[in-house]
Amino acid sequence: MDIMTCEKVSIGYTKTPVVKDISFSLKQGDYLCIVGENGSGKSTLMKGILGLVKLSEGKIAFNGIKQNEIGYLPQQTVIQKDFPANVGEVVLSGCLNRSSKLPFYTKKDKERALLNLKYLDIENLRKKSYRDLSGGQQQRVLLARALCAADRVLLLDEPVTGLDPMMAGELYQIIKKLSKQGMTIIMISHDIESAVKYGDKILHMQGEPLFYGSKDEYVATPIYKQMAGGVRND
Amino acid sequence: MIEFLKELLGYTFIVRALIVGVLVALCSALLGVSLVLKRYSMIGDGLSHVGFGALAFAMALNLAPLQVSIPIVLIAAFLLLRISESSKIKGDAAIALISTSALAIGVMIVSMTTGMNTDICNYMFGSILAMSKSDVYLSVAVTVIVLILYVIFYNKIFAVTFDESFAKATGTKSGFYNMLIALLTALIIVVGMRMMGAMLISSLIIFPALTSMRLFNSFKSVVISSVVLSVICFCVGIVISFVYSTPTGASVVIVNLVAFCLFSLLGLIKNKV
Repeated sequence: MDIMTCEKVSIGYTKTPVVKDISFSLKQGDYLCIVGENGSGKSTLMKGILGLVKLSEGKIAFNGIKQNEIGYLPQQTVIQKDFPANVGEVVLSGCLNRSSKLPFYTKKDKERALLNLKYLDIENLRKKSYRDLSGGQQQRVLLARALCAADRVLLLDEPVTGLDPMMAGELYQIIKKLSKQGMTIIMISHDIESAVKYGDKILHMQGEPLFYGSKDEYVATPIYKQMAGGVRND
Repeated sequence: MIEFLKELLGYTFIVRALIVGVLVALCSALLGVSLVLKRYSMIGDGLSHVGFGALAFAMALNLAPLQVSIPIVLIAAFLLLRISESSKIKGDAAIALISTSALAIGVMIVSMTTGMNTDICNYMFGSILAMSKSDVYLSVAVTVIVLILYVIFYNKIFAVTFDESFAKATGTKSGFYNMLIALLTALIIVVGMRMMGAMLISSLIIFPALTSMRLFNSFKSVVISSVVLSVICFCVGIVISFVYSTPTGASVVIVNLVAFCLFSLLGLIKNKV
C-alpha cells in the first residue's frame, strides 16, 4: 500500500514554476533519493511535501500518516551556528508535536529524547552546547531531533553537506539502518554515488522530472552515466 | 545602607519607578533572547521610535498617552514583522525607514504644538518621575500577561527561535509565535518607554540577552541569566539615577554596558581555560 503519493506537483514562487510536474509514490520503508543540480527545485519540492510552501498545481496525499509522524532534517541556518542551546534542549524540541495540548514536556517525551540520543550515540553530549559541536555532531543532534518527531517518515535535506567523508559515511549508515527498520526516507542529495549506493528509488529532477524509478533502472540510464562521469572528471 | 534604602523607598515616585521598571526589565529580557537570536533586534528599536511618534501625537491632542500609543505600536509591530519576514535584507532598511520617519513625525508634531521642552527630553531619554498611579496598574497588568504567555509557550518559543522551518514542518504554528513575540515586545516597549526613554528602551531588550550569551551555553540558562541580570542592572541604574540626578534610561544602559564588558571578559577567560 502506498503511504504517500505525489501527483503532478508544480510549485512556483513566481510565474515560472521551480518544480514542475513531479509525480512519485512511496511505500512504508522506501528510501527515495532526490538528486539534481543546485537550483533544480529539490528543496522546494521537499518544502512542498512538508506543507511549508503552497503547491500551485497537483496534490500530495498521505495515506494513514499524520503530520506528527513525519520528521525533517532541514539544512542548517546561519542562526543556529552560534545559538546558545544545549543538545538536550534541541533534541527535546523534536517532541513538541506529541504533546501539543500541554505547555510542558511529559516524562514520556523526555524518555523518547533520551532514547534517540542513545540511538545516535550522542548521549554523552547531552549537556554540551550545540554551537560548540563539530559539523558531524550537529547533524546527529538534528537527526535525533527529527527522530523524536518521526515515527514513520523522515525527510532529509542534504544531510551530509559540510561533513568530511568519514562522518558522511557514518551518517549514511545510520540513515540506511533506519530505513531497514521500516522508516520511510526521502533524502535530497548532491552526491549521486551515495544516492545509488544507499537509496532504493531515485528521482532525478531539473525543475521537471528527468528520471523516476528504481535505483537499478537509474544506473542504466544515460543521465546517470553522464552525471557519474561528470563527477569523476571534476 | 539601610538608612539610604529607607530614604529611597520613602519617595512614592521611586517606588512606582521600581515596580514598573523591574517588571519591564524582566519581561524585556525574556523577549529579548528570542529577538536577538532571531535577528529581530531592529524591530525593538523601530517600535520604540514609533512609540515616540505616538506619544507626541497623543500629547498634541491631549489624550491619554498609553491608551493611544499601545494600539499604534501594536499595529507597527505587526507591520515590522511582516516586512522583516518578507525579505531579510531590504527588511532591515525598511525598518530604519519606518522608525526614523515615526521619530521625525513625532518631533514635528511636538515642535508645532508645545515646542521642545523638558517633557520631550524626558520622552527621549527617560525620567524617573514619569509614572503615575494608573500607569503602574497598567504596567503590572501588561507584564503579568507577558509573563504568563511566555511561560506557557516557552517550549514552542524555543523551537520557533532555534529552527523555524523544522517547527513549522512538524506542526507548530511558527507564524503565530513570531507574531506573539512581536506583539508582546510592542506592549513592553510602550510601558517602559517613558521611564527608559524612546531612544534607549531597546537596550533593555538587547543587552541582557547578548550579555548572557557571552557566558552561558543553554537556552534556559541564557533566559534565566538575562532576567536576573536585567533586573539587577535596572535597580543599580535607578539608584545611580536617584543619587546623581542622572537620566534614568542612560544610567540603566551604562550599567548594562558595564555588565556586558564584564561578561565578555569572563567569557574570554572561560574559553581560554
